[in-house]
Amino acid sequence: MDTWEVTFEEHGDEETRETEKGRDNESNNGATKGGGANVGKIERIASAIGGGALIGYALKSRSKGGIALGLLGAGLLYRGATGQCEAYRAFGIDTANLATEDAAGVARDVHIEKSITINRSPAELYKFWRDFENLPRFMENLESVTKLDEQRSHWVATGPGGKQIEWDAEIYNEKEGELIAWRSLAGSDITNAGSVHFEPAPDGRGTYLKVTLNYNPPGGKAAALFAKLFGQEPGQLVEHNLKRLKQLIETGEIPTTEGQPSGRVQQNASTGERKQGKLASKTPVRSRAASAGEEFA
Amino acid sequence: MKALCWYGKYDVRVDEVPDPEILNPGDAIIKITTTAICGSDLHLYDGYIPTMVKGDILGHEFMGEVVEIGNAVTNLKIGDRVVVPFTIACGKCFFCQRGLWSSCDNSNPNSHIAEAIYGFSPSGLFGYSHMLGGYAGGQAEYVRVPFADVGAFKIPDGLPDEKVLFLSDIFPTGYMAAENCNIQRGDTVAVWGCGPVGQFAIKSAYLLGAERVIAIDDNPDRLRMAAEEGKAYTLNFDDVDIFEKLKHMTGGMGPDACIDAVGLEAHGTSIDALYDRTKAALFMATDRPHALRQAIHACRKGGTVSVPGVYGAFLDKFPFGAAFAKGLSFKMGQTHVHKYMQPLLELIEFGQIDPSFVITHRVSLDEAPEAYKTFKAQTDNCIKVVLKPGQRGASSNGNGNARAH
Repeated sequence: MDTWEVTFEEHGDEETRETEKGRDNESNNGATKGGGANVGKIERIASAIGGGALIGYALKSRSKGGIALGLLGAGLLYRGATGQCEAYRAFGIDTANLATEDAAGVARDVHIEKSITINRSPAELYKFWRDFENLPRFMENLESVTKLDEQRSHWVATGPGGKQIEWDAEIYNEKEGELIAWRSLAGSDITNAGSVHFEPAPDGRGTYLKVTLNYNPPGGKAAALFAKLFGQEPGQLVEHNLKRLKQLIETGEIPTTEGQPSGRVQQNASTGERKQGKLASKTPVRSRAASAGEEFA
Repeated sequence: MKALCWYGKYDVRVDEVPDPEILNPGDAIIKITTTAICGSDLHLYDGYIPTMVKGDILGHEFMGEVVEIGNAVTNLKIGDRVVVPFTIACGKCFFCQRGLWSSCDNSNPNSHIAEAIYGFSPSGLFGYSHMLGGYAGGQAEYVRVPFADVGAFKIPDGLPDEKVLFLSDIFPTGYMAAENCNIQRGDTVAVWGCGPVGQFAIKSAYLLGAERVIAIDDNPDRLRMAAEEGKAYTLNFDDVDIFEKLKHMTGGMGPDACIDAVGLEAHGTSIDALYDRTKAALFMATDRPHALRQAIHACRKGGTVSVPGVYGAFLDKFPFGAAFAKGLSFKMGQTHVHKYMQPLLELIEFGQIDPSFVITHRVSLDEAPEAYKTFKAQTDNCIKVVLKPGQRGASSNGNGNARAH
């Protein structure tokens, strides 16, 4: 899993997405207006295989339903062979030209949306998140965030293979108690942008915390797809980290079993008496979590 | 310290392992005075529960004395005598605050594994697979208890361990199973499985006002306990056609509520039971729902099927049509143990129930592997085994004066 613990507004917040959308539409229009392919490569292969299978089934079944499936299959086969889809065209969808240009400075190859309910008010959560230096306390692969000024911060994360990745980010949109949106600045190891929304949950159930994040992974979209195929789903890490945030905020600690005994760590025969005082002086492993507990007590 | 560790199917051993330490500010370390082997431990012993790792410490029914607390613990002090619920719950989340303690959102560090199978994750449990947290269990000399402020329940002096130990699991589990039946005056409740949970379900059903409880099993010792201790009518499924008999006993109507206190390893002699065993043996199905199927089939129209028995994943040939046609209600799930600690402790204090009646065997921790074998085989009249980690060396086992009944 990687740590592009960053989020970006893809929808839901029109003002922050305005410029992005403009750019996306321009690049898409070239393909959708003309008669070129508007279906991505993998989708084309899938369409062709699926279409072929449906036709095969239709030929065997010879029923009315079979004929309908056969027609659908023919449509898919056409879509696969030509890369053109009338339905996509009608709706203005284009999956062929999604990442053909490496949009300098625009994070969009990987898009993640996750949300979680936390038993605290939007104002409290906003305050916690707005201090970006809090983020590494629950984002597992984020090493540090250092505040440069009110809007800018320096982020250090651990990437795939333990590689350190750094970037500067700026907050480009925020609304107290509701929204924080940020994006990486020029010269970043990874182009990324993110946002977090704090919506009051109904009937005093706390806050719906909604995170979106966009980034361009090193190696481009193909690398991201490859990682996904082999189980490194970045969305999972975001979800995991949001759970850690919830645990930290609601309970003051993040549950763990790291460091507990098991038969995998064998000992010499004990005397039966527990070593007294051995633990008494020990600072709890997650003392940082303790301070969060006090903060939210 | 010594702890009972799991190494695979039918392979548990007492190992020397490191002592537990405080890992989080809400933790407490408990020196265990009495612990027990639960029927659900047999699901682990039989290799039915996925995500176990060799060396995992088992045990989720335990009590003892607080010997250390983390710096955020406010409800406990060193020396307190406590019983620990087997479900680990934070006390702060949406679910805990609504009394759904076994659905705690914050106690399972491996929630993503459970989510992959169940959509959402239940709470963490002690000694019950990594999918449910991977927490070291309490068949040991010491244990770490997370969220100890709500997860370690203080017991007044004067009540012996054996009277209160089962507040950790089987008494609340049997009680919740009966409570879930929504028992009305005149109701007949049928209970499949006369293991310890079944025994407590029988007693609890009467406590909650059932007119009559019918207990079903094929183990004569367990049926005898159900009859003598629980005052249940008993049916041996080797001898009678359960459905016909239940129908006959209820004037052709069927029991008002049916409790499946058997769970995923049900055995039986009917065709569908053999079919289940074959499929499970071939890894084509994970659970053998024979008792549950029969409970659904036998339940009266508009009745309730209550399931304290543990199920893991997928059921095959589940009679959902019967459930629909009869408009049954289903209630199930891991016990919200925390919710029941205080009210059930009061029942014990007022002498309305003495949970120690289920105990048949008392052994030292060293003898636990042998006790698993006996409990699994249901030999030597074995119904409930308690372990005394403080007791060293070989102790009296099984026959003789070690037995309660």
